[in-house]
Amino acid sequence: MTPLPAAIEATRLQVSRSRSKILKGLDFTVDAGRITGLLGPSGSGKTTLMRAIVGVQRISQGNLTVLGRPAGSAPLRHDVGYVTQGASVYSDLSVQANVRYFGAMHGATAADTAEAIAAVGLESLARHKAADLSGGQFSRVSLACALVAHPKLLVLDEPTVGLDPVLRAELWERFAAMAAAGTTLLVSSHVMEEASHCSSLLLLRDGLLLAQLTPTELAGRGRSEDLERAFLTIIKAADRGQEESQVTS
Amino acid sequence: MTFATTTRVLGQLRHDHRSVALILVVPALLLTAVYFLFENETLPPGFPRTFDRVGLMMLAIFPFVVMFLVTSITMLRERTSGTLERLLTTPIHKADLLFGYALAFSIMATLQSLVATAVAYWVFDLDIKGSPGFVVMIAVINAVLGVALGLLCSAFARTEFQAVQFMPVVVVPQILLCGLFVAREHMNEVLEAISGVLPLTFSVDALKEIAGNADATATMWQDALVMGGIVLGVLVLASLTLRRQTR
Repeated sequence: MTPLPAAIEATRLQVSRSRSKILKGLDFTVDAGRITGLLGPSGSGKTTLMRAIVGVQRISQGNLTVLGRPAGSAPLRHDVGYVTQGASVYSDLSVQANVRYFGAMHGATAADTAEAIAAVGLESLARHKAADLSGGQFSRVSLACALVAHPKLLVLDEPTVGLDPVLRAELWERFAAMAAAGTTLLVSSHVMEEASHCSSLLLLRDGLLLAQLTPTELAGRGRSEDLERAFLTIIKAADRGQEESQVTS
Repeated sequence: MTFATTTRVLGQLRHDHRSVALILVVPALLLTAVYFLFENETLPPGFPRTFDRVGLMMLAIFPFVVMFLVTSITMLRERTSGTLERLLTTPIHKADLLFGYALAFSIMATLQSLVATAVAYWVFDLDIKGSPGFVVMIAVINAVLGVALGLLCSAFARTEFQAVQFMPVVVVPQILLCGLFVAREHMNEVLEAISGVLPLTFSVDALKEIAGNADATATMWQDALVMGGIVLGVLVLASLTLRRQTR
């Protein structure tokens, strides 16, 4: 298989918000047509990084290239889909009307709308008002609003929060199918067991990249098959390293 | 995308029967109150009723106030719910969004002023020389002004509570100084000067022209044009508050 060009490339990426540094110099690449997991404790800068990639967060220093263009450039708006952490849909509109509206921004057809709704399993609820749905259904409306545009890069901020195990499994199957069809996915999560679904992992902590590795490597480096425990081991090791360097300096 | 936005905004309103009812019925009810307020006034023969003056101006002021409130809250919700940020990651143009909003609420405003004007004419025999069509036109321009100012003000409010507080700041001074309570020529110089640059003053002036003349006058068209210019200016300012990127 020929290596695909990188979908996202960051070099010394820094982002500051109201004078505090959120991202403190990141270097990484995200492969096209793969699922990349973005993992880290809350407050580590996951959402800020995702917002920078989709172009709504200004970069202070360094470079961030998305699908071959600088992040935030106008042509990318056709190709990058973003599902925010809190479902950003119109709660007073029906599922269908929501998906149709976001689809209209990309010239999507009625068939695209129906397909996106089916993809998240909400066909039977298409005419229901989003506000009347359960939490899990509500967040799937938000996902459908991104799928309708058939993005080349889909950025998902904690898409499985609040979903039951069956739905979570279904969603990961869908993501895998999308990646197989050539879509690049960047998925953030703080549930470590989900890391096994990704082909590459970015471990973020306190605005710095701890490591970029595969789930197998994570298990190896953290000396545990339990990815959550492996992650904690790596974090603790990093903490000790930091303390030691502070003591010696 | 402008029309998609208009359809979406109207779709949101359509599900909200209570708001639609409030928008359409309240101005007519308040107009009724104004009519009965002046019901028993004694007038020298040939002197116009107060209702013909005040009621007419109310027809233009209601849409302005209502649309200002409706728009600033709706737009604020769009900002706080994350849908605005999401929209701005799509190819939508800011103008599509703003004009989509302006168009949707102008349609509502047209319906509202048709109801209110019909009640004023047929129920309370509003007596003016000019055509009711022009009254509706001025009312709609006023409504769009309310929409534009609401879009702009929503940028400076973080919560719905704050957004509502902009009404006394933006709307009330215009009502006080537009010439409804005291004719502009009787104001002191400072107030008259302020009044001269407030948009609502132009619409009251235009309504006086409509009331006093059977045909459209040049002054009325001039007032309408100034209003249109102000609306466009405010919409441009509002578009500057829509940032695709946060710092």
